[in-house]
Formats: sequence, structure tokens, C-alpha cells
Amino acid sequence: MVVKLYYDAMSQPSRALLIFLRSNAKIIPVEEVPVALRKGEHLSKDFANVNPFKKVPAIDNDGFKLAESVSILRYLCRTFPVADHWYPKDSQKQARVDEYMAWQHLNLRAFGSMYFRTKIINPMMGLPVNEDNLKTFGKQLDDVLGVIENIWLKENPFIAGKELSVADLLATTELEQPGMAGYDVYKGHPKIAAYVSAVKAKLQPHYDDAHVFVYKLQAKAKL
Amino acid sequence: MSLKLYVHPLSQPARALLLFCRANSIPFQEHVVDLIKGEHKREEYKKVNPFQKVPVISHDGFLLTESVAILRYLSRTFSVPDHWYPKESELQARIDAYMAWQHLNLRSYGSMYFQTGYVIPRTFKQPVNEQKLSKFEKGLETALDEITDIWLKDGPFIGGGKQISVADLLAVTEMEQPGMAGYDVKTYNKRITEYMNTVREILQPHYDQIHSECHKIQEKALKKA
Repeated sequence: MVVKLYYDAMSQPSRALLIFLRSNAKIIPVEEVPVALRKGEHLSKDFANVNPFKKVPAIDNDGFKLAESVSILRYLCRTFPVADHWYPKDSQKQARVDEYMAWQHLNLRAFGSMYFRTKIINPMMGLPVNEDNLKTFGKQLDDVLGVIENIWLKENPFIAGKELSVADLLATTELEQPGMAGYDVYKGHPKIAAYVSAVKAKLQPHYDDAHVFVYKLQAKAKL
Repeated sequence: MSLKLYVHPLSQPARALLLFCRANSIPFQEHVVDLIKGEHKREEYKKVNPFQKVPVISHDGFLLTESVAILRYLSRTFSVPDHWYPKESELQARIDAYMAWQHLNLRSYGSMYFQTGYVIPRTFKQPVNEQKLSKFEKGLETALDEITDIWLKDGPFIGGGKQISVADLLAVTEMEQPGMAGYDVKTYNKRITEYMNTVREILQPHYDQIHSECHKIQEKALKKA
């Protein structure tokens, strides 16, 4: 019984799954299958059989195929005996993890991704940078970071409570993305900076390993 | 009463929660948040929901936002039939996958179509931005195609289930929304028509009661279109 993970390290939720699976390597047997988005490998017929939405990440566990990182993380937590803090059985604690994982799609994920796409992906595809869009997404991203700083991280050390959970994997991998487009998510957000450091410290070396190319691009964007 | 729902008839996820509670005879107190008067922006409401949105629930003092999280919480807290949120792991995972996918697909395009075609023109007394409307219509149709070809491929309900689940509540309430701005999702294709009718039948009389405001506005909008 091996879980095949189809991923690309440029994809935020792919990194979340890489970190989760590598952190639980003794419990979950994994085969990592890279899908190079920049080469269009996600558009192949073969991959459409894995995920008809043609996106990463996706898993195949003994023939059971599943897409959507939020669903995959839940599925893995109930299928394998991982530590409880990842997805707590306590109903109210679990509800808080679910709450973040639902909220993030249309907030941090949407605006972080749109900022990155507008500044970095579009030019790579030969499209000009739409400065108006960039300004709008930048403002929306700033608003969302304010919500994380002032609401999500107001009373808790982790995004959904007092312990590290799968929600933190999604949060931190999304927070790393805009840096590749030169956007400093930590500026003016000291709680977010402390939060990411704390999560990273708990997930090494897997966190840094998953972000090798991201760090390179972040450094480039700063120049 | 230990459960309180903060809702609004024009909020898709709020309708999904109302449908769930009524279909399962879960007793609750309903508070309609006056969005037009800006009740959600006041300090008092911030204490209930710091994100200043609807829906939100309060259960014995436990406050929870995000309809997807709320539907899961209610399914396990109250003894509802298994089909609403099945214990069978693979079906549950497919339902979870829909509930994750829908935010950035059916929900976002359907909502933006409604905002652009109904809310913004009325609030700011300006003409409809047809260019934006057309863009959101395209996104909406792509989502409806994906629902037809993928989510409803393997069975009568979302994710291939043989019975209705919480995913279907989110899907149909989103499908009702663009009609208020003149786009009738019900007639998009045969499969969607059949699906919406099936779900509506199962949820009567609650479905029509909960959608009464929506249906009034749709009637006016679709006459014009």
C-alpha cells in the first residue's frame, strides 16, 4: 500500500503535502511523482486519468485517486495513524482547523496566487504585467494578511489553535509564495513573521527541502 | 435553544445551513443579519463573527464560521442520517473534494455574477459592467461544465453518492444565485436541470420556503432577460 503523490514544488498545496508526507514518512509509505507544470506535464492524457481537473497536487492510494489538498489531508489523517494534533479528534478543535482550511481558498490562497501569477507567471507566458491588476491584488493580499495578523493569530500560536495542524501547512506554504514576486508578507506583520518561524522550526528539514527552489526565487526577487 | 444561526436569505451558504437544519429537524434560533443596514459591520456583530460575514453559528457558546466547517460540525454533533456526510472514507473524501473545489469555482463565479449584475448596480446606482459580467459568465459556465462532466459523472449526486449530502446543499444554493441577476442556471443543460429538480424535490417544502426571496427576485430578473 503506497500513496503516490503527484506534485510540483512551485505549487503551494503540493508543498504542504510534501512536508506532511515527509514528516510522517515512518507511518505513510509514499512514492513522490513530480509533474512539471512549466513543461505542461499536467496537461497530458495520462495525468488526466489521475486528476480530470489537470492540477497538482493529487494522490493515488492503491487505485483511489483524489484531488484537492484539503480533502487529501483529511483523508490521509484518517487513513493512517498520524499524531492527533495534525487533525484533532476533539470536535471543537477539529472545527477550527476546518474553518481555516475553508476560509483560506478565497483569501490568502486566492490573492497570494493572483499576485504571483500576475507578476511572474503571465510574463513567462509572454503576457505583459497588468499593473492595475497587480495593484488590486497587492491591496487585497495586504488586507488578508491583516486578517491573519489580527484575527487568526490574535490569541493562538498556530493558525487554528494551540498545536500545529494541517492548517498550518497550507498557511505557511501560501505565505511563502508572494515573496517570489517580490512581495514581503512579513513587513508590518510581526505576528506572521514569528508564526512562520515557529512552524518552520517544527518541520525541519522537510520545510526547507520543499522550499529549495522557492527560496532561490525569493532571493532573486529581492535583488 | 442551544443552536443559533446568523443568516441572510440572499447568502448562498446561509441557505445551505438552513436547508440542512430544517431537513434534519434540528431546532435552532434564526437571526437574520441586516446586511443592507450594515449590521455585519457593527461592533456587536464583530463579537459574534470577527470576519463580519454570514453565515455564522453559535452552539452552546461555541462560535463557528465557514459553511463547510459548520456543515461538518453539525453532521457529527447532531444525529443525522449517514448520507449527509458519509462515514465511508472514499465517498467522504470526494464530498470533501467538492466542498474544497467549489470556493474558487462555482461559488466565486456565481457570486461575482450576482454582485456585478444585481448588487453593485443597485447599491451604486450605476449601469451593469457588461464586460465584467461576461467574464464571470464564462467562468460560471466552465464550472457548470465541470460539475456536469466530473462531479455528477458517477452518480445522481455530487461526488458519485447515491443519496443527497451536504455537498449538494452547497451546490444547489450556489446554482440559484445567478438567476437573480438574470442568468438561469437551471436551464444550462439537461443534467443540471434534472439535478436541481431532484435535489429540490427531496428538500421540499423547505427548499421553496428558504428560497422564497431568491425566487421573487429571479422572476423579475428573468422576465427582463
